[in-house]
Formats: sequence, structure tokens, C-alpha cells
Amino acid sequence: MTAQGSYAWTPGYFYDWESTEIFTGRFPYEDSYTLDRYLETGGYEGLKRALEIGPEAMSGEVKDSTLLGRGGAGFPAGVKWGFTPQGVWPRYLVVNGDESEPGTYKDRLLMERDPHQLIEGCLIACYAAGLSQCFLYVRGEMALAHERIAGALDEAYAAGYVGTDILGTDFSVDIILHWGAGAYVVGEETALIESLEGERGMPRLKPPYFPAAIGLYGQPTIVNNVETLANLPYIAANGSAAYTAIGTETSPGTRMIAVSGHVKRPGVYEIVNGSTTFRDLIYGDDFAQGIRDDNDLKAFVPGGGSAPWFLPDQLDIPFEGKEASAAGSMLGSGAVMVMDSTTDIPEAALTLVRFYAHESCGKCVPCREGGTWLLRIVERICSGHGTTADLDQILEVGQSICPGDMPHASSERLGLEAVPFPYKMTTICFVGPSAYAPIHSALTLFRDEFEAKVSPSPKRVRIPVAVA
Amino acid sequence: MSEDVTTETEDASAEDDVAVDVEPEPEPDPNAVTIELNGRSVEARKGELVIAAAERHGSYIPHFCYHPRMSSVGMCRQCLVEVDTGRGPQLQPSCMITVSPDMKVDTESATTKRAQEGMLELLLANHPLDCPVCDKGGECPLQDQAFSHGPGESRYVEEKRHYEKPIPISELVLLDRERCILCDRCTRFADEVAGDKLIHFIERGNQTQVMTFPDEPFVSYFSGNTVQICPVGALTAEPYRFKARPWDLGQQESTCMGCSTGCRIVVQSSRDEVLRYNGVDSEPVNHGWLCDRGRFGFEALSSEHRLTEPMVRTDVGLTPTSWTSAMAATTGLIRQALESGGPSSIALIGGARGTNEDAFAWAQLADGLGIEFRDPQLGDGLPAAILGLPRATIDEACSAGTVILLGPDVKEELGALYLRLRGAARDGATKIIEIAPNDTGLTNMAWKSLRPQPGRQASAVRELFADPEIAEQIASGDVVVVVGRSNLAESPAATMAALSEIVEAVPTATVLPALRRGNVIGALSVGLAPADADHDAIATLEAAAGGKIELLILLGADPLCDVPDHDLARRALAGARSIVSIDTFPTESTRQADVVLPAAAFTEKAGSTTNIEGRVNDVAHRVTTKGTSRPDWMIAAELALDLDDIVGDLPIAMATSVEEITDLLAATVPGFAAVTSEAVEREVDGVVVESQPSDLADRGDEASVRNSYSYRLVVSHKMFDRAIGTAMSRGISKLSVSAAAHLHPLDADQLGAGEGGDVRLVTDRSSVVLPVVLDPRIERGNVWVPFNASSDQGGGRVESIIDARAAVTDVKIEVL
Repeated sequence: MTAQGSYAWTPGYFYDWESTEIFTGRFPYEDSYTLDRYLETGGYEGLKRALEIGPEAMSGEVKDSTLLGRGGAGFPAGVKWGFTPQGVWPRYLVVNGDESEPGTYKDRLLMERDPHQLIEGCLIACYAAGLSQCFLYVRGEMALAHERIAGALDEAYAAGYVGTDILGTDFSVDIILHWGAGAYVVGEETALIESLEGERGMPRLKPPYFPAAIGLYGQPTIVNNVETLANLPYIAANGSAAYTAIGTETSPGTRMIAVSGHVKRPGVYEIVNGSTTFRDLIYGDDFAQGIRDDNDLKAFVPGGGSAPWFLPDQLDIPFEGKEASAAGSMLGSGAVMVMDSTTDIPEAALTLVRFYAHESCGKCVPCREGGTWLLRIVERICSGHGTTADLDQILEVGQSICPGDMPHASSERLGLEAVPFPYKMTTICFVGPSAYAPIHSALTLFRDEFEAKVSPSPKRVRIPVAVA
Repeated sequence: MSEDVTTETEDASAEDDVAVDVEPEPEPDPNAVTIELNGRSVEARKGELVIAAAERHGSYIPHFCYHPRMSSVGMCRQCLVEVDTGRGPQLQPSCMITVSPDMKVDTESATTKRAQEGMLELLLANHPLDCPVCDKGGECPLQDQAFSHGPGESRYVEEKRHYEKPIPISELVLLDRERCILCDRCTRFADEVAGDKLIHFIERGNQTQVMTFPDEPFVSYFSGNTVQICPVGALTAEPYRFKARPWDLGQQESTCMGCSTGCRIVVQSSRDEVLRYNGVDSEPVNHGWLCDRGRFGFEALSSEHRLTEPMVRTDVGLTPTSWTSAMAATTGLIRQALESGGPSSIALIGGARGTNEDAFAWAQLADGLGIEFRDPQLGDGLPAAILGLPRATIDEACSAGTVILLGPDVKEELGALYLRLRGAARDGATKIIEIAPNDTGLTNMAWKSLRPQPGRQASAVRELFADPEIAEQIASGDVVVVVGRSNLAESPAATMAALSEIVEAVPTATVLPALRRGNVIGALSVGLAPADADHDAIATLEAAAGGKIELLILLGADPLCDVPDHDLARRALAGARSIVSIDTFPTESTRQADVVLPAAAFTEKAGSTTNIEGRVNDVAHRVTTKGTSRPDWMIAAELALDLDDIVGDLPIAMATSVEEITDLLAATVPGFAAVTSEAVEREVDGVVVESQPSDLADRGDEASVRNSYSYRLVVSHKMFDRAIGTAMSRGISKLSVSAAAHLHPLDADQLGAGEGGDVRLVTDRSSVVLPVVLDPRIERGNVWVPFNASSDQGGGRVESIIDARAAVTDVKIEVL
């Protein structure tokens, strides 16, 4: 079963009807984004049930469901809601729709194909967590998503699902759609809040700026990812027991994985948590169906552009957070990028480091200066002017961004043991380390390819520091 | 609990058993937090930042973006140290982490050192390292910390960032974006402290840079502070650029006398020329900040226009002469006046420009001569009686539940006080109730703003207190009244009437006088205050205009420039038989004098000054006097010696040093007993003198309600006007405000007046033609004109239509 996007470059999405469907069920319909289709396929039933059982019971359901946040950190949503101080008003829900991680495009599909599901999720979250207003922050480049959400909001307001006295109850909430201005760092929740407030999108330091305590306009704020909220209608309608029956005990439910790169069938797949290995995702018939031209797999990125890379050695690891961390990387935003044997590894690393250096907001010195420094070095290496000293210099600069041991995968070929995730960092947010992590794992796992591009370094004269 | 009890019983038994003095167990401080710093246990305060606690205990943590007077942003990452709060040591920015019990901080571990070296290498990667030609070189935190905490050499071989440099971002400040390390200090200061959010970051990542908004220069009265707190040479101040190297500067702490806030400064000079003032972080006063008028006013000191030698009027006009003959001429004029008109024909105006010692010596001389006409204010302040009310300090105002602002725009007149009050309101420490004719700099921070018709503040106060919400707020805590002259075109009686209302309604209220002249509080306190309203500056000028004054002594006063009623000042100077002017600059008034004595300026004489709180602090003598000029006190002492047949043996006549005058002052003036020369020298924060209780003489009357055909004139000071100190300072003279009639856009619309078009303001007495400026900050029905503004249009000056005796000035506006 395939469904084509409304414009040519939308990646195809593929879905296995046999597996449990939670939030991509409506995607095959051409008019999946309309209210009519949504209501026909069980839309707003979750909201109705939530309004029936009351906010306490609803937030209990979410807590029991152990729904994990899908923004990258994987923190239980129900627990996160509980962090807001009691009795402080107003308090806000901010929806993080600023999906910009390289290789990740699951939220975009959720917003383009099923905006009502997201809106219903927002309403349930506001109702259950007692939030007075909802801000939907959509990445600036996602014009279609913005258009579809705006249309859906109009329909939902007109039909009485959003606004005052929703469905005849005394529950009222407004959803405000906000268009981002194009900065990767705004995917970080505190930077997103700054951006919403009209400031530069620069992250705030936690502590003290934990959004749950001091968030938007200094008020308690819950920031949730689009995919996280898209799970809520299912949980509300079917109960937490039905939800936890899917997936593993620690990560129940399903999640969406974007597979891209040198595979035969790139796309977004909804998988049941814990049931799928990377081998399934890349080679499975239900998924990407193998490498293009049946080439060999050289390496793959397991969790978005900022994750350290995996080798074919790690193919049999299940797609599960803890396992990936132990193996030296992370699942992050759920984006698998595949590189086949034709890949020029230094060039691939350059692409990523260029992105992160460009996207640095300029707040923390290690990211602002270090990211660009790394970029310059890798550029030089790739253009054939690098020296062997440059390779060590990359690791030295990286030490100023991520001090101590850097996580990387194990390699039988190199006789390397895995260093588990996470890394330490000297920056506020993950943009700085993200510039370094890919280049570090590329250099660690494929040093020979870098060495092939550089010439031996001239002898450096070390000038002794004068002793007083 | 049980432990406490045991300790007590043990102590008791110990006292019973042996009769030795047992140190009582010190009460455990509830605000103390014990942390481990580099292996030793130290005590920090609850809520204190790790970086501050560590520095207090001798472990300096390098930093750039952290500034103790601003909120932390954690931007430079230089202050990373290993902090262990039970989850193992982690690198944390010590400027963002507050201490917690049993926290382990390691500022010297290998990881910390590696992180700090790495950060400095990154900071220097794109820094141009043009230290040899950089003004900051030698006092540069980046340079210093690169040596103390840096890696020693750089491995950065790439091309550095390049920008056009330097670019002026205002008349005073230049920006070098290559040197900038983006610490967010200047931008944070502009936003948080000054409230002039005119500089911000643009671009992002490696291209991030500090910039003004397009076509909007960084016009802030406090821009100089950004230069001072810049941790590199990115921001430089035009008046100091390329003037000196820091190691060539000698320096001395002093107190700024630009206005009466009394900011602590450090005077820096080289080759006997003052080259820079920097703010000193004085906890009770200025928190390290200065206004630009104070900071850059030093340029006037070395102006070529300074008076350098005495002058006596001869047939060919004012002729330079020796001190001996000038002093002889002065004593001659005094003797002649005493003979022909007695002591009541001599008047002494001014004295607020000098030190306490200057004012005291002149007051002693005036007492000896029996002079009654004396006033350090020039009809632009308030009656000295307000000093008799219980006085508040700035700190008390900033922590009072309510501050009632009954007076001028403190942003224009007392810059650092504005910053303090703004900060207090911003932090929620106090609520400001503002009673002013038009919007002021504090309006957006005020809890309530009242806009009574000028002259009718008292009714507004009565209405205010009738409001239950206000009454509740007033009753909830201390009340401090910041009182000054909000409008030079109205009688001070209006303000006094309103003040009486407040003091009556809230008897516990304390007063912070917002009088602006440099040492006006000191001059009023040590004996130059007029005995009553019949002998104040306006009465004196009226007497002079009526031909009753034989000798008018102008002690650093320029009535033609500073008296709001220009016509009266002109008639007075013409009517006085002879004039002796003691001043630093030739002014409009000195040109009419018969004897001109050059006075030593600020930084050229030692002494003390008194600020609005009554805080007496020292004034440093840093450079030699210009030409042959002398301190005012020395002139008074010599006159007292020359006139000993009349004044008797005045102790000041025998003084040979300023310290002796200070001690004489302490021994003579009530309330100043603690202000000995030794105490002034010793106390870093100065000595606060107590106010001498007295009653507000009379309540004063309110003005009538404005009729709807006229507009009520408001004239008040801007920070930069034609005042001689500003005009003679090259940098800030460019900022002087130009004369214009500011009207609310709707009023202008009603009149048919457009921006830039001319209008004539007509009173019964005279008229003045001014261009119109549309300004929504002006209250409807008011027309605001800056005092003493420069004008090149020849339409007359607004001061000429002000009548010092009128309750208010109502004008008709004719559109030309």
C-alpha cells in the first residue's frame, strides 16, 4: 500500500496494515487532513472520552501509558506534565513542530497528513494537564504543514472542538499557530520559547529555566513534540491498557522512523517499539528493502544527523533507546540515514558538520567558534589541502566541545570497543556537540579514508612558552 | 532540636563550674550553605552563585560574560568548573549554578583547566590579537585571562573573521566587531539596566555580531558603561580613544560632582591631564554605573577656554591681572559695598559647584560679613526646608514598598539614581507611583502614573490617597518620596504643597531630595542656605534688579544661563552695582563681572561632597590647577584674612590645608560632627549625615486650573543642554538638545501645527518662536520645552517667557 504525497518531493510513506496502527492510519486517504475524514475515522473520540472521565483520570491514563516523549530525549510525558508547579496561572502548552534534524521528517507528515489528530492531542493535553493556552510552533520551511494546520484549526473552531466551551463543556482552550523563522536550534525547547516570545532563538540554561517552572513568558510551560501529542487521541480513546499492550514494557506504543539515504525505498515507517532491528529497517521487505544497487552497507546514522554513526556490526541491535546508547549512539529523533559502500566518508561528515556549524545560534563559544573551526578543517581535508596534523586537531577542538570520552560504536575490523552514549558537553544545548559527534565517529571508524585525503604534516616548530 | 538543648545545658554547666568566659555558641546562620571548594570547606550564602562564592574565598574563576550587577547568561562558557552535587563531577558554568549544601566545587582540576584552556583558545581563534594598538590592552580581561588561564599558544591556522572596523554606533561609542567575543554584556546592560534596548545580536553562529538596529544609533545616556564593562576592546569611547595606555594612567578614587547623586568614580590621568573617569562599584550609590554626562564631562577640565588668570574690569574691559591686585579689587568692592549699603547690599549666589569645604568657607565669610542674601540654588530647585524632613538613602528608596516620585525625570537629571530606581522596580523590590507633568524615563516601570496639570500636584495627591488600592499599597510598607522640581515654569510652591499633603497623609514617609546641582545638598547644609524665602536667589535677583544690591558675588553661578526667569536674571545683573564672579569658565555672567577670579575645577582640588542622601564622600585632587586658578575655599580664606578688621579672626582664615577646613566644618556644622577629614578618608562608602529636623515653612498654594484656550508650559532639564560643563566637553557637547516646543500629536493636530513647523508661545510678558516636535510622551494640554537648549533660530529663548513669581506659565500657541 502506498500513498503519494500531494507534491513530488514528499517521500513516500509505507505502512504495513498487519501491524498495530496508532497514528498513521489515516495517511493513505487523499483527504486525510480534513475534518470530515477525521470524524469518519474515529476523530475526536479521544477528546470526548477525556471530557467524560475528567482531567485527573485523563492525566492518570497518560501516566499509566508511560508514553515517552518523541522529541529525542525520550522522557515520559505524563511525568513531565507533573513538574508544573500547582496554582500558578496562566500555564501553557507549546507544541514543538520545529522538526529540523537532518534526516527527520516524521512530524512533517503528521502535520501535513493528519493535523486534526495533532489538534486533538493538544486539546487532550491541555485538558489533562490543566493548561490554559496552546501554542503550535511550526517550522518555517513547512509551508504545507502550516497551511493544513491552519485549515484544520479553522474547521475545528467552526465545529466547536477548539475555542470556548468545547463540546458543550466548560473546557475552553485556544490554539495559536506560530510560524518559525528558520533556525535549527529552535527545536531545542528553551530556544523555541525564546523564539515564541519574539526574541532571538537562543537556548536558556537549565537550571534555572526549566520550562515546566519558568517557561513561556516566565510561566509554567509544557513543551511536547508533535509525535508525542499525536499519540494522545489513541490513548484517550482506547485507554492506557490498550496502549501499553503494544511495544515493550519500558517503551510502549509505536514510533515513526524516517529511513533515508542509499536505500531502495526511503520513507517513514511506523514501527512497534522494541520489535524491530536496524537490519529489519534497512533490509526488511516491509521497510526500506535493502541498499540501492545491492551495494554493501558502509555505515548508518541511527538517530538523526547529530547521532554518532553505526557500522554494519550494529545492524542487529533492536531499535530501542537503551540498547542504542550502550552501543555508542542514540535514537534521537528517529531518523536512520544509510550510507553504502560508494560513500565518501569525509564528504559525508563535511555535510553534517557544515549543517551544524551553520545552525549554531552563536551563544556558546565552543559551538560558535569550535563548530566553524571544525568545518574549516574538514573542508580543507576534503579539498585535498589537509595534513595529518589536522586529523588530531579535529579531536583536540572536539575536546573543547565534548570533554572526555566520546561515544562511538564498536568495530570488529578496527578492534574497537564501544564507548556508550552520552557525551559530556561544554555548551548549553546539543547543537555544539552535534557538530562534533558525527565527525568524531567518522574519524574514529574510518580514519583510513581521512588519511587517504591528507598529506603528511610539515614539522611544527613548537615555541616554548617563556619562563619568567 | 535535641542537639541544641544539650549544647545549652553543657554551656550552662560549664559556666557554673568554672568562671571562665565561654564564647557563646554562635547562632547558626540560616542563610549559610557549606560547600567544598578545592577540598576545603567554605561557607557560602544561600542563593549565591558558585563563581561569586569561589571568588570571595580566594579561588578566582575566569569569566567574561558574568557580571555581578546583571543577570547571568552562561554565554562565554569560560567559568566552567567541575561541580559535584552527588552525581559525580560535571563541568558546569559557575555563573549559573547557585550553591547547594555539600556541593563539591573544583576550580583547579585537570578537567576544569582543560575546559578553561580550550575555551580561551576558541575565544582567541577569531580575535584579531591587535593588542598593541588596542585601547584595552593592559587592562583587558581577555588579555589577562589568556595569560593566566589560557593554553599559551593557538593552533588556529584558518583565516580569521573580518569585519569593517571600527564602526561608530553612537556619537560616543565605537564598535570593533573583530575584537568582540559576544559576551552579551553590553547588550544585556542596554536592555536590563539602562532600558535602552538599542543594541542586539544580528546574524547567527560564527557570524553573530553586536549591532544597532538599522538607522537607529545607540543613543543612550548610559552608553559609556558598555565601554567600561566590555571585557575586550570591542567597544571604545570616543573621548578616550588612543589617549593613553592603561599602565601610564595614575588614578584616584573620587566622587562625581556632575549631579548630586554622588557616584563613586576613579579619576584617571596621565601627564597631569585627566583622561578618563570609570565607575566604581559603590554598593549604596551607583553600583558601578555612571551616566554619560558624568563619565565624559572630564573633557571640559582641559578645555582651552578655561579661566586661567584673574581679571579686573578696566576702561578696555576685563583685563588679566595678578591675584594680588584682583584680591585687592575684590576686598575694595566689599568694603565699598559695606560702606554705602551695609551687609544687606551684598549678595552671594552659588556655591553648589564646589566642595563642602568651599561652601563652608564662603558661608563662614558671609556670616562674618553679615550677608543675608545667599543661595546655592538659582531658583531652579526647592526651598531648603525639604532637607529638614527625615531623609531616605538610595538603598532605602530601592527597598521601600512604595516610592512616590514627585518631581523631575530622574533619567534626565540624576542618571545613576534612575538606574537604581529602575532596577528596584524591575526586580519588583518596590512600586513606583509617579506624579509628573509628562511621561518620564521611569513611566514604563511605574506602578501608577499620575499626570496632574502642572501646578496642581497637591489635588492629585489628595485624590491619590483617597483611592483604596493606593492606600493599601502605601500602608503595606515603607514610603519614600523622591522630590524635586519637575517644572521650571511653575512655582516650587506647587511641589511643596503636594509634598506637605504626602507628609501629612503618611507621617512615616522619608524624603530623598532630587535636587540636581553637584553639591547643592552640601552647600545648603553647611551654611549657604538662605534664612527665608525673602533672601533666596529669586529675592536676591529682584533686589539686584531694583538697584538694592551693591555687590553681587557669583560663586560658580551663571544666572543668565541657569535661572529659569531669564528676564529677571538679565535685569539683576544689570542692576547690581558691581559683580565679582568666581568661576572656571567665562560665561555670559562673568562677562558682566567687574572682577573675575579663576576657580580650581573638579579633580583640581581635594575636599568632600554631599549627595542627595546626605552621604559625605571624598573628592580627589588628581591634577594641578589650570593656570593660576585656586579652590573657592582658599579664596574665601584669603578674603577673610584681608578683611579681618571687619569679620574678626575667622578660623578659616588660618587654615593652611583643606583637611583643616574639613575638621573645622565637622566641629562647626550641626550634624556634621562625624565628618572629620580622617573619617572621610577612611570610610569607603562615605559618612551619611543626619538631617536637621525642621518644618516645611509654608504649605504653598496650588495653581488654578488651566483654561482651555491656553497650554500649560513645562520646562525641564535634559541630560545634555547648553550648561557650560557639557558645552565645553567635546564629546557630549554634540548631544546637546535643541530648543523646540514638544506637543502631543493630537494637540498639534488640533492647532494645525506640523512637525518642524514654527509656533509662537505667547504669555502676557513676552513670546518665543520655536519649532514643533510631535511627542506622544507629552500630556495633552501641556507644551514642553527643554531648559537651556541650544537654538540657532533666533526666535528667542523660552526662559525669557518664564516669570519666577508666577504660579504657572500658561501660553497661547500661535501657529506661524
